[in-house]
Amino acid sequence: MKHTISILVENKFGVLARISGLFSARGFNISSLAVGETEDPTVSRMTIVVEGDDKTLEQIKKQSNKLIDVIKVIDYKEGDFIDRELILVKVSISPKTKKEVMEAIEAVGAKIESTSDKSLCVEATGDRAKIKTLLELLRPFGILEVVRTGRIAMDTTGKGLKADGKPEVNE
Amino acid sequence: MKMTGAQILIECLKKEKVEVLFGYPGGQVLPIFDKLYDAPIKFILVRHEQAAAHAADGYARATGKTGVCIATSGPGATNLVTGIATAYMDSIPMVAITGQVKSFLIGNDAFQEADITGITRPITKHNYLVEDIKDLARIMKEAFHIASTGRPGPVLVDIPSDIQMQEAEFEYPEKVSIRGYNPTYAGHPGQIKRAAKAISDSKKPILYVGGGAIISDASKEVTDLAINNEIPVTMTLLGLGAFPITHELSLGMLGMHGTAYANHAIMDSDLIVAVGARFDDRVTGKLDAFAPHAKVIHIDIDPASVSKNVDVDIPIVGDAKTILRELNKHVKKPDTQEWVKTIAEWKKKYPLKYKEDDALRPQYILEQIFEATNGNAIICTEVGQNQMWAAQFYKFTKPRTMLSSGGLGTMGYGFPAAIGAQLGVPAAQVFDIAGDGSIQMNIQELATAVANKLPVKIAILNNCYLGMVRQWQELFYKHRYSYTCLNGTEPDFVKLAEAYGAVGMLITKKEDVRPAIDKALKINNTVIMDFRIEQEENVFPMVPAGEAINKMIGGGLA
Repeated sequence: MKHTISILVENKFGVLARISGLFSARGFNISSLAVGETEDPTVSRMTIVVEGDDKTLEQIKKQSNKLIDVIKVIDYKEGDFIDRELILVKVSISPKTKKEVMEAIEAVGAKIESTSDKSLCVEATGDRAKIKTLLELLRPFGILEVVRTGRIAMDTTGKGLKADGKPEVNE
Repeated sequence: MKMTGAQILIECLKKEKVEVLFGYPGGQVLPIFDKLYDAPIKFILVRHEQAAAHAADGYARATGKTGVCIATSGPGATNLVTGIATAYMDSIPMVAITGQVKSFLIGNDAFQEADITGITRPITKHNYLVEDIKDLARIMKEAFHIASTGRPGPVLVDIPSDIQMQEAEFEYPEKVSIRGYNPTYAGHPGQIKRAAKAISDSKKPILYVGGGAIISDASKEVTDLAINNEIPVTMTLLGLGAFPITHELSLGMLGMHGTAYANHAIMDSDLIVAVGARFDDRVTGKLDAFAPHAKVIHIDIDPASVSKNVDVDIPIVGDAKTILRELNKHVKKPDTQEWVKTIAEWKKKYPLKYKEDDALRPQYILEQIFEATNGNAIICTEVGQNQMWAAQFYKFTKPRTMLSSGGLGTMGYGFPAAIGAQLGVPAAQVFDIAGDGSIQMNIQELATAVANKLPVKIAILNNCYLGMVRQWQELFYKHRYSYTCLNGTEPDFVKLAEAYGAVGMLITKKEDVRPAIDKALKINNTVIMDFRIEQEENVFPMVPAGEAINKMIGGGLA
């Protein structure tokens, strides 16, 4: 099963290596990873999508929490968060298919960022379903290159955590 | 007052009350060594950096204080790695200081450069590369704090040599504040009450005590829980000494080379109270066959150890001593009469035994060392058969007297650890129980021991084999002794001892064992006793790897 984990860490060099090293040393496979500064510049947030059963996930959380530079580990529950990914796709076109491709891009609400005679560069942000649909629609025309950021996620229930690991709303 | 980085480092060590520093000089720690020349800290020059880390480890295990070692950059630092990994696996508080090439050269493949923070990331509790002289004092304070609190472990501080020479105001922080690091000490009161009830309701409870109990000095609390409630106790290799093996409730060690009665008791128990033990595979054997009828209470300071291997019914995260103190208030004595009787019968029926004939057998040597030292010695071991015989036949009665590389199984650990232990506890009689293979992994430390007048006694159980591997080859590889025979290539250990200025003894007959030990104990010098034991003696009982722990070879139980 796929899990989306959010890890608040000290914004220091080497922290990413500690986290990724921990995952690789224990044989946990990362399917997506995105890192960025939070509202507090001394804190970074890593959004990690991992696959594994409950026991594996429990170990991932506990082992991550053991790292000195980790402030908090949050395991997002289904339905309690939004997630987004940015994707750039270069798709091949011909005078015959150009119109069809542009319609497909419009249909999923993606944007054309650059065009040439032979290809289109498309930008899209969205959740997994949207990105998947876009790729499925474009695949028949010939995808030349895909670049994606990895997913980021945010709690939507109001029970989320701030950069310092404290709850959003004090109860 | 302004000080150089090297001075600041020494001041930090003084503030942390570091008495002994184990290490080896080199180009990138010269500024520090220059300051050490006048510092009120005892410096022990080892002959190989690996020994510096093991000696710091042995010092820490014997005293409960944090061990400190230092090495230069590159090869000096990488030579520490085995010792750091050993300490990490066994949760030993240690601070390792390494020199690094000048900060502006880092990443340039400079002479003797190695990314030691990168190399040691998976085998340290935490590590630092000091980038700014202004951070040095804070980092040292944090390093000692992290190493010795929570689940202890090694912390490495890598200091570029230019930072050792730069100047800054010295200010040692009073307190440490790391927002991501807040170990839990007090156990959850509700869980403690649940545990107390489970113990009170049990019919066949057993304590399973690990190294964590020794680290948290919970020996008294373990003993109270066991004796007041008549609960049998079994210990891991690292837990030996937490409860006296000589007590009738003790079952000695469990697991792969544990006693038959300990393994049988665990498998038959209805409640396991695990204290500072992590259900290592050498203890559990085949996991899904482990203790099928038992509820499990697990007391551990590391939440990640709980339910990692074995599903736990009542987890209590925190310090073993604190939790057991509280637990002891709530437990009502369970009715264990039948259980204790059954176990006593097993103990009678399946004792640890060996062939008692005229041959020179290692088990006999361990028994004689126990008697000659009244069980008061600090026993360090190497790794292999020697280690298991020590665990089985020296009856440990006190905590911090069994020093052994349990988690990593590091050959070459025992002798440098003995040096560290002897320096930490000068009054103690320190032994290194060694094999002829293991002792040769750090034999150069004879120089360190002799130079510092350390009366460590090395008992080599010499069978001219890498014995434990040979045992596996005998049992599981059809006697094909592939490269485990050292016959004909062994040094003359007596001459070797003498070459270093130590005392050497050769013992080939059973009747000479005790007189030799007694004589060695009277010698105020490092002594090697080369015991030529039965060459193909095996360690029994033995659970083959991957089997259930009651499926023992040579344990008297089917």
